[in-house]
Amino acid sequence: MSIRFDNPDRPNSYIGRTVPRPNARRLVEGRGRYVDDIVLPRMLHAVFLRSPYAHARIQSINTEAARAAHGVRGVFTGADLAEHCTPWVAVLAHLKGLKSAPQHPIAVDRATWTGEAVAAVVADTRAQAEEAAALIEVDYEPLQPVTDMRTALDPETPVLHPDLGDNLTFQREHVSGDPAEVMRTAPVIVESRFKTGRHTGVCVEPRSILADYNRSEKQLTVYHSTQAPHMMQVVFAEHLGLPEGAVRVICGDVGGSFGIKVHVYPDEVATATISKILGRPVKFIADRLESFATDIHARDHEIDARMALDEDGRILALDIEDLTGIGPYSVYPRTSAIEGNQVVNLCGGPYDFANYRARTTVVLQNKSPTCQYRAVGHPIAAAVTEGMVDLAAEKLGLDPIEIRRRNLIADDAYPYTSPANMRFEGLSHHKSLNKLVEMMDYPALRAEQAALRENGVYRGIGIASFIELTNPSPFMYGIGGARISAQDGCTVRMDPDGSVVAMSGVTEQGQGTEAMLAQVTAEAVGVPVQRVRVITGDTQTTPYGGGTWASRGAGIGGEAALQAGRALRENILAVAGAMLQCAPETLDIVEGNIVDLGTDTERMPLSELGRVVYFRGDTLPKGLPRELVVTRHYITSDYPFAFTNGIQASYVEVDPETGFVKLLKHWCVEDCGRVINPQLVDEQIRGGIVQGIGGALYEESLYDTEGQLLNANMADYLVPMASEMPDMIIGHVETPTRESELGAKGAGEAGTAGAPAAVMNAINDAIRPLGGRVTSMPMTPERILRSIHHLPE
Amino acid sequence: MKASVAGYARAQSLGHAFDLLQSAQGEAVVIAGGQSLVASLNLRLSEEALLVDIRHLPELRGVVLHEGVLRLGALTRHAELAQAPLVAEHAPLLTQAAPLIAHAAIRSRGTLGGSLANADPAAELPACMIALAAEILVRSAGNERRIPADAFFEGLFTTALEEGEIIVAVDIPLKAAGDRHVIRELTRRSGDYAIVGLAGVKSVDGVRLAYFGVSDKPVLAAGAMTILNSGGSIEDAVSALQDDLDPESDPHASAEYRRHLAAVLLRRVLADMTNS
Ligand SMILES: Cc1cc2nc3c(=O)[nH]c(=O)nc-3n(C[C@H](O)[C@H](O)[C@H](O)COP(=O)(O)OP(=O)(O)OC[C@H]3O[C@@H](n4cnc5c(N)ncnc54)[C@H](O)[C@@H]3O)c2cc1C
Repeated sequence: MSIRFDNPDRPNSYIGRTVPRPNARRLVEGRGRYVDDIVLPRMLHAVFLRSPYAHARIQSINTEAARAAHGVRGVFTGADLAEHCTPWVAVLAHLKGLKSAPQHPIAVDRATWTGEAVAAVVADTRAQAEEAAALIEVDYEPLQPVTDMRTALDPETPVLHPDLGDNLTFQREHVSGDPAEVMRTAPVIVESRFKTGRHTGVCVEPRSILADYNRSEKQLTVYHSTQAPHMMQVVFAEHLGLPEGAVRVICGDVGGSFGIKVHVYPDEVATATISKILGRPVKFIADRLESFATDIHARDHEIDARMALDEDGRILALDIEDLTGIGPYSVYPRTSAIEGNQVVNLCGGPYDFANYRARTTVVLQNKSPTCQYRAVGHPIAAAVTEGMVDLAAEKLGLDPIEIRRRNLIADDAYPYTSPANMRFEGLSHHKSLNKLVEMMDYPALRAEQAALRENGVYRGIGIASFIELTNPSPFMYGIGGARISAQDGCTVRMDPDGSVVAMSGVTEQGQGTEAMLAQVTAEAVGVPVQRVRVITGDTQTTPYGGGTWASRGAGIGGEAALQAGRALRENILAVAGAMLQCAPETLDIVEGNIVDLGTDTERMPLSELGRVVYFRGDTLPKGLPRELVVTRHYITSDYPFAFTNGIQASYVEVDPETGFVKLLKHWCVEDCGRVINPQLVDEQIRGGIVQGIGGALYEESLYDTEGQLLNANMADYLVPMASEMPDMIIGHVETPTRESELGAKGAGEAGTAGAPAAVMNAINDAIRPLGGRVTSMPMTPERILRSIHHLPE
Repeated sequence: MKASVAGYARAQSLGHAFDLLQSAQGEAVVIAGGQSLVASLNLRLSEEALLVDIRHLPELRGVVLHEGVLRLGALTRHAELAQAPLVAEHAPLLTQAAPLIAHAAIRSRGTLGGSLANADPAAELPACMIALAAEILVRSAGNERRIPADAFFEGLFTTALEEGEIIVAVDIPLKAAGDRHVIRELTRRSGDYAIVGLAGVKSVDGVRLAYFGVSDKPVLAAGAMTILNSGGSIEDAVSALQDDLDPESDPHASAEYRRHLAAVLLRRVLADMTNS
């Protein structure tokens, strides 16, 4: 029996309803348990001494005074840890040519970015460890840093890792059709350069780890603020020489991750290594300064784009030349080539055209390593694509809505393969666009804009269509050799009183995964949602899974929960049939009771069935299966990824005297397939938009030419804050994926994917009459003012 | 990072505070609202020192009219400034300025004396004091002196305060009928320190314009003031800013951009003064 999603009044209809999050009250009351809340007997605190140079040879390290300091239990250099932990090289076989150098938990003889750990101190308190770290004397020989990615490949530039031969870590070119010829002959060509600013995801809870190696059990237990416990289990086991079964990773409450916490951080591996060496629990909590300098950065791209169109404004070809700098090492194990690769995969994504060339060039430099951050590559690809579409519209005198109508892939064109070879099962670009136009009352807004401009008020409207990669299959990492699970599992169990426990391999980072799992499980089994308890984040108790990344929790973890819940329901009904002397097919479970199918007449509560199964099993027929625990796994197989789509609009006002931008309003229509919890999805979109706006207007990790990070604090690194954020109106179109019964695709990154493009187009729409155009993010007031020539260029 | 602090002592009286400061022989620092000091301790920018807590001293409190001036105790919270009726009546510049400072939680703790002693060049209150021609009352164990605001701010986080001195209050001349008080600033986000700000007071004696965020300390735009006070045009005053101000570049804004914004603010503040 399948679920009648079209009937909102069906029994147990939790899927599609806003149900309060089961963990919300606990977190709001301050009863969450984050890694830093955990205190273990004999626990020590680790502090890292970090390189003040972007590039320096470590001549010698004198740790004598630090070792003698009060409360200190150990001081470790890179060489010390190298004896206990093997280095890693972050490459993936399917990213051809990708190369990187071996990386150790602590730099061994060379520091390669300001902030790289060069020594660790463990002491009874963090304060003592800090005092001692200040006593370590490091003799550095400063080396010339590689900071400008534009010159990273020049012959005069030093090669960061001589064994690699050059600073080119990855390059990929994709060509389909004959873009060169089309570019030569097309009637309309537009071109532009774009820059996206290097920035990071600022988590409220910083990176946190508490590693506890117990010699008597030869077991390493790691309490970790992470997105991917099973991935980390593999990493700790492999590099510390332990069997995977001897490593348990537990992930309790997490205060935001956004992709930041899905990577292997050297200082975290160092913490686990030190715990193994000392046989004591060791805690490391990054402080805010360390977070800015050592959390992964992202989005450091410069892109040259050209677009060819015919006279009617139909896109004929797109040419993308992308350059990105990723820091000194590719980040383990997902690698730092994915972002550039995504730019190649995603540019032009919403549009129907045939000729495409895109190349990404990924270079090494002495800055913080970059890797996957929320909506990997998407905000860049969307900004470039949508910026080019608006530029073309301007050149052709077309309205931005009209040019999109002419070029978006038709809603009946699916399945569709894009010129970048991305396969789309079913998208709704035109439906979404129509809904957006209606929601924002586009004609009225244009009229208002025109009227205000008469009075010297410069407002702009920006539109951005986008696609979003979700529900990844092993094509993302697994085929490249990484032990990163694309499948996920869920175990659902009924206890004697009829309550249900769901254990899942996807994880809760604050985004509401557990609420989603509870709803799906409740509906699948047929119990009130309050009766479902969800357990995530423990490699020893949950089914094996991938955790949180690439917007996969609902689409993959949700489907596993649905299948497990449905299977449990079948098992319950088999027992109920035996107890009630009728065919199981004539029964149903509604709100925790066995009922007659069709009439919903109550036959018995699940607690009665539970009582009999667990305490009076003797009264049931001898051979009757009574498995009230069921596990199901799910993996996508028809498509490598479930693409979603959407469209955003931004309405802004620019002060032409100061360049300041006021965000007046923001709209997003998004199609993530089946919406399981409308409020959770809307808030994911809103939060995503805010992070997108951060990159568009505020956030940038600023370096000087020596590779010094200039704004590693919350006063100088500007995150978007509530007062400046616009009202955001969210709408949905639902095109469920047919690959799963649930039909859910991901929603976590869509807001971030499209927001920078929408805001950029809105600003440019506002300042066009002043002759301005900005394509460098963050679009600071100063950059805007320069572009309208009120300041010298 | 964890703060490294040598100790903490709560002063029971002003005299006790002076004793504590003296006995620590220069290794003590006064703490009021803690909104700047604690941040710098946590960044280990301030060295190990004894914290002398002056928050409970009644001598440093109060908003009163005193011998023809408005006297504000050093412990006056930013939030109190925003709400005090006497301030609204006699120094509305401060009523306007207070909500521009930081965020609500910080305004509930941060104090006037702390802000002045801290002397952040982008802070609102130091510039307001200069625009208002306020006097800062300072006491030490054996001495009391009044320092005109103009002379109090010496440079980046440095003031005329000497070791062992505590700000007890500020005296502000009362606003006369017809005087105009205007403060404007440009910040990326509400609550941020200003990229550029301008506090202006117009009275029968002419206009006083104090900029913040454009130098290592709040500065009077002397050239622009002279032009305006001798009947010159606004645009001539704007030109004079070129010599009055010498801003620097930092990650938030280039010097050029700051100059540009200073000119924009001058026009806007003068327009506000005429319109209000
Ligand atoms: C996030 C954030 C944003 C902020 N934004 C702004 C802003 O936009 N504008 C702004 O102006 N400020 C801002 N502040 C600073 C805030 O206004 C502080 O409250 C103020 O600068 C210091 O006052 P305090 O009472 O907290 O002083 P404390 O932090 O206690 O002390 C600061 C310094 O003053 C000394 N001191 C304190 N009181 C006295 C006294 N009576 N006599 C002598 N020395 C004394 C201390 O020894 C110390 O050196 C911000 C602070 C934060 C945390």
